[in-house]
Amino acid sequence: MEIKIYGSGCSNCVKLANNTEKALKEAGVDGEIIKVEDMKEIAQAGIMSTPALGIDGDIKAKGKVLSVEEIKELLQ
Amino acid sequence: MIDAFADILVYNWFGLDAATRLGESVHFFFYDTIKIIILLSIMIFFISIIRSFFPPEKTKKLLSNYKKLTAHFMASLLGVVTPFCSCSSVPIFIGFVESGIPLGVTFSFLITSPIVNEVALVMLYTIFGWKIGTFYLISGILVGVIGGIVIEKLGMEKYVEEYVYQINVSDDEIEELDWNDRIAFAKKEVKDIVGRVWKYVIIGIGIGALIHGYAPAELLAKYAGANNPLSVIAAVIVGIPLYANAVGTIPIVEALMGKGVALGTALSFMMATTALSLPAMIILRKVIKPKLITVFVSVVGVSIIAVGYMFNFIMTII
Repeated sequence: MEIKIYGSGCSNCVKLANNTEKALKEAGVDGEIIKVEDMKEIAQAGIMSTPALGIDGDIKAKGKVLSVEEIKELLQ
Repeated sequence: MIDAFADILVYNWFGLDAATRLGESVHFFFYDTIKIIILLSIMIFFISIIRSFFPPEKTKKLLSNYKKLTAHFMASLLGVVTPFCSCSSVPIFIGFVESGIPLGVTFSFLITSPIVNEVALVMLYTIFGWKIGTFYLISGILVGVIGGIVIEKLGMEKYVEEYVYQINVSDDEIEELDWNDRIAFAKKEVKDIVGRVWKYVIIGIGIGALIHGYAPAELLAKYAGANNPLSVIAAVIVGIPLYANAVGTIPIVEALMGKGVALGTALSFMMATTALSLPAMIILRKVIKPKLITVFVSVVGVSIIAVGYMFNFIMTII
């Protein structure tokens, strides 16, 4: 599973990345987290509010820090 | 009720004398902190519900329906309600420009958005009353509209980084929310925003409390009062490099005004600290060239100064 965290490195983006890591561990899912910090790429993905979370090329959430539980649900 | 609680806390428990400077400052500090944190939590909840109806994707679609002056006006207005944080300004900028929204209209949005922060607005309404709150709202929109129009007229498109025009934004569907989502979003916003700004509120109120108890009123009134013609300009120049959250600035402004600083001067200072800041410029530098940043700062700075004078003038006739 390929998980992308879109964000310029602001505190919310870091939070989202940490939650995602936890969610992966807790759900026992094997996945790779890629942090997308390049503005071009972020904009290209159609994201206008950061942080955003993408799973296997699908944008699942924009402009919010998902909780560990919410991410786990998305991983299922 | 909060006042009574602060009375007991400061005068009875801490044993401070209400007639002393220290007592007055400490009382002001606790009273304001408690009042603002409670009001903020309640208001952010309701405002977040409204905001959940205006994600940036929807704003972008709405904006492409308007032309010229109406477009600038709508952009500023939407800047007030669209959830926005400075780290999102670059993707929003690219998204807007790429979808064909004129550069000036995009700037109207980007200028008003941080100035008329809904949290700041709530604090202005609660601390200063609806008149000043409304003045601030109107002037924030005015600065955005004027700034955007000037940037549009100057034809600054060539000072946008080339790659912005080459980007092809992929689909951006608007997320459908139901009421449960909106309420969950609002609750989260309260937690996030209060969790983020409480420090600024306390620092701001702390400085405000010091000014409240100690600042020499005659001196401030003399230099920053309505009679000093240069006060607004000085306030804006001092405010630009300062990076402060509007939330933290308001208690300071409140205390300053209590000491005789003119309203327009105080509001100009607030707008300058929120609209123009070094971190915001560094972020914007990723999409626009230095020349346009200079134009942006000058145009917004001059508009804020103009609004400050206008306020000071209005206050003398009403």
